[in-house]
Amino acid sequence: MDFPIFHLDFFGNRTLIGVIAIVHVYINHALAVGAAPLILAMEWWGWRRKDPEWDRLAYRVLFVCFIVTTTVGALTGVGIWLSASLVNPAAIGSLIRVFFWAWFFEWGVFVTEIILILAYFLTWKRWTGWRKPLHIALGAALSIMSWLTMAVIVAILGFMMDSGVWPETRNFFHGVFNPIYLPQLLFRTPYAMMSAGLLTLLLTYFLTKRRSELRARAIRFVSLWTLAWTPVCAIGAAWYWRVIPDHMLANIPVSLATQALEGWYLTLAWIIAGSGAVILLVMFWGAAAPRRMPRAALLVPYALSICQLGYFERVREFIRKPVVIEDYMYSNGIRVADLPLLKEQGLLAHATYVPVRAITDQNRLVAGREVFKISCTRCHTSGGINAVTDKLRGLYGPSPWDHDVLISYLATMHNTRPYMPPFPGNDEEAGALADYLMSLSEFPMPLEGAQTGGVQIPARRAEKGAEMISGAGP
Amino acid sequence: MDPTNTMPLPNDIPLPMPLDQVLGEALLVLSFLAHILFINLMIGGSVLTLACEIAGRKRPDLDKLAHEITKTVTVNKSIGVVLGVGPLLTINVLYTTYFYSANALTGKVWIMIVPLVSIAFLLTYAHKYTWEKLAPFKGLHIALGAMGTLLFLLVPFIFLTNVNLMLFPDKWLEVKGFLSALVLPNVLPRYAHFVLACVAVTGLFLAIYFTRAGYPVEQVFPTLTRAGLRRGFYGVTFGTTLMQFVVGPLVLFTLPPRGTTWHMVGIFVIGAGLAITATVLLWHEVVASDQRIGWRFAPIVALLTCTVLCMGYGRHLYREGAISEHRELVQQKTVEYARLAAAAQRRAELGIDLAPAVGSLGQRVFQSVCAACHQEESVLVGPSLAEIREIYAGNPDGIVEWTRAPGRKRPEYPQMPAFRLPQARLEAVADYILNPSSDEPTTVPSTQPATQPATTQP
Repeated sequence: MDFPIFHLDFFGNRTLIGVIAIVHVYINHALAVGAAPLILAMEWWGWRRKDPEWDRLAYRVLFVCFIVTTTVGALTGVGIWLSASLVNPAAIGSLIRVFFWAWFFEWGVFVTEIILILAYFLTWKRWTGWRKPLHIALGAALSIMSWLTMAVIVAILGFMMDSGVWPETRNFFHGVFNPIYLPQLLFRTPYAMMSAGLLTLLLTYFLTKRRSELRARAIRFVSLWTLAWTPVCAIGAAWYWRVIPDHMLANIPVSLATQALEGWYLTLAWIIAGSGAVILLVMFWGAAAPRRMPRAALLVPYALSICQLGYFERVREFIRKPVVIEDYMYSNGIRVADLPLLKEQGLLAHATYVPVRAITDQNRLVAGREVFKISCTRCHTSGGINAVTDKLRGLYGPSPWDHDVLISYLATMHNTRPYMPPFPGNDEEAGALADYLMSLSEFPMPLEGAQTGGVQIPARRAEKGAEMISGAGP
Repeated sequence: MDPTNTMPLPNDIPLPMPLDQVLGEALLVLSFLAHILFINLMIGGSVLTLACEIAGRKRPDLDKLAHEITKTVTVNKSIGVVLGVGPLLTINVLYTTYFYSANALTGKVWIMIVPLVSIAFLLTYAHKYTWEKLAPFKGLHIALGAMGTLLFLLVPFIFLTNVNLMLFPDKWLEVKGFLSALVLPNVLPRYAHFVLACVAVTGLFLAIYFTRAGYPVEQVFPTLTRAGLRRGFYGVTFGTTLMQFVVGPLVLFTLPPRGTTWHMVGIFVIGAGLAITATVLLWHEVVASDQRIGWRFAPIVALLTCTVLCMGYGRHLYREGAISEHRELVQQKTVEYARLAAAAQRRAELGIDLAPAVGSLGQRVFQSVCAACHQEESVLVGPSLAEIREIYAGNPDGIVEWTRAPGRKRPEYPQMPAFRLPQARLEAVADYILNPSSDEPTTVPSTQPATQPATTQP
């Protein structure tokens, strides 16, 4: 409503955030939060055993993590920020008003973490002999800092799903210690540890020689590591499951399987559970008989785990819909508190970057398009991924659709599809939107975002009209 | 109101600022300068690495020098990026409307920062770690480094375009994509000013870095001396700083006038004056004897630090000058909008309280949840009510069960989603479907909230 509308009409805006964010989560769980303590454990073990070959292996694992985290890891982290601000500036703008100091603190933790990982990496080969324990202490400090970066951001993620009592008290600490926070942290921490184990298992494929003693010992070490964290992860997962709000649990079938395959979601859930079982089996194998492990077994667990993690993030983000901040803002950036005004006076009266304020017979399609842009494009495209025309075709068959049926669907879609927000406009705008949707299905027309098409504001006389409307009321 | 109606007037985020305005501005300026220092060292280091490696084809010690410089680049880049989080966060919160609007208008290229800088970093690492391995293929190795340097030199355009565009809401209506924003004044002179600064700052840094007490110059560079290194890097800083005395005034004079004040000009002039003094000292260093070269380092750094602080502060004054009027209008509009929204909220609550519930519970739930797909006679999305009555005659529990967990009996119809409504509501709907009475009209519900039951969530 208040920002130029960035829009990707083929890939969809969710795809932009999703790809960047999921890559970042892959890196920060397995190569940072999980890797630091695992490498520390390896280094300590190599020092206790006076084993320079093992120490060199730990260093090479660190090298891989260091290169990836300080390049793609760092930039995708910034990228989440940049892309979320592009796609939903109202949501991010609101979150930083509430959580500025949390993010500021997170910044301090990040700076410390970077300095520590630079130091840990650059002094590994120089701090030998009597300085080795110092180096190990450095690794311990790094592990704590890495974990702390996760601990801060998870508070904000939890807040978005269930803001607890914050809407009433507006207290910072009530926002941080929301009901989702600790359960999610108790799930993600061991999950990160386990992912690091699975990644390191994969790295042994490249960093150790086939059938070598070193490889066998490395496999056993990371298998035991992963198994040790598994019960904690299970407890965390169970607690997390219990605190997810009920109406969000109801969205899980669609988030797992999409609308078309919703009926299959139980099968999918079993497949996911099965993949977890496969990983555990490989871990037991690795702990008990590492020498007899085929090379494929080194690669499969990590591949499965990244499928699981990517899926989990998709589900977590989807089930929160129709809100982006529970009780405060819908996923399309419209505030819950603004809805009565917009349904009364229309959103065209109050949006900034629209070419028209009032709907006439000449501008119905333009008006409908603008209503679509504001209300729907954070999640939908006109003809690309998650296209709104595909959704309507799925319901009502091929066009032409009945105009009245569309309008009545717009009025009730937040009830029939609980992950949909309520339509944030008045009746006239619903009509114009229905016209636009019908024309889209006959004459597909890609929708340009502000990043290529620029923005417009209404002409002066239209502004005066809008003033008269908005001043009305008892 | 803007009399010419050439500026968009959005609402601001209606939540209180999380920190005091003055504190926020100080935080922004200082954290940004810390960030840009390391970015200067990263970009300048990359440029000097390239220059030295090219020159190093004739003089092996310069090749060695290039290798040593690039080791600083890989460290400084990480510190530079992480320090960027602070100013990014602070500018987001202080200038939400302005910054995010500029981002959206240049969004395609703005988001390219992520892959471009990632690739630049990976190239820099590759360049560093393949130095010995690719020594027989020097041309290829230099090209690798040059690609990274090129990316480092391109990315600042993206940042400069954005922080410039954010200051001019009237321009938001005129730009169409990144390139049209890139050519707005005064992005290009600022870019020149920035790149020269990168090299100048890095020269100063390397002058001391390679000649500090603990650094074994003689072992690393057989043919280079401490004094020679200092003189060389001082010369780099001196030369680029001289050029700044042309580019700097160019930047000042191409600044769009809206944000310019005498206060700001005064700060810039003071900064320039301090820089002139520093440049004189730099000249003395460049021509100093081998024994004396280096003792003016501290005053040079002190003076240029003050220059940078002046430039950062002056830039901030410009930013405030450019947008403060518009921001005032935005604040007024935000307050007014919040008032309108609250009034509408009260009207809606009153409307729901006063309006009588029309129809039975079952009918109301049916209209708001089921009517989108089920009609009386014909198929809309799912089977008609007439058909449902036939199938579930005398079996309301069957309807309730199916609604909670629909199966898939008809492959030619779309899958019905599950509706986990409270038991009472589902029973009411089943009853409504199976026992229709003739005096209950089936109306198309409007989007107005006044007569809707408050069923936003089942």
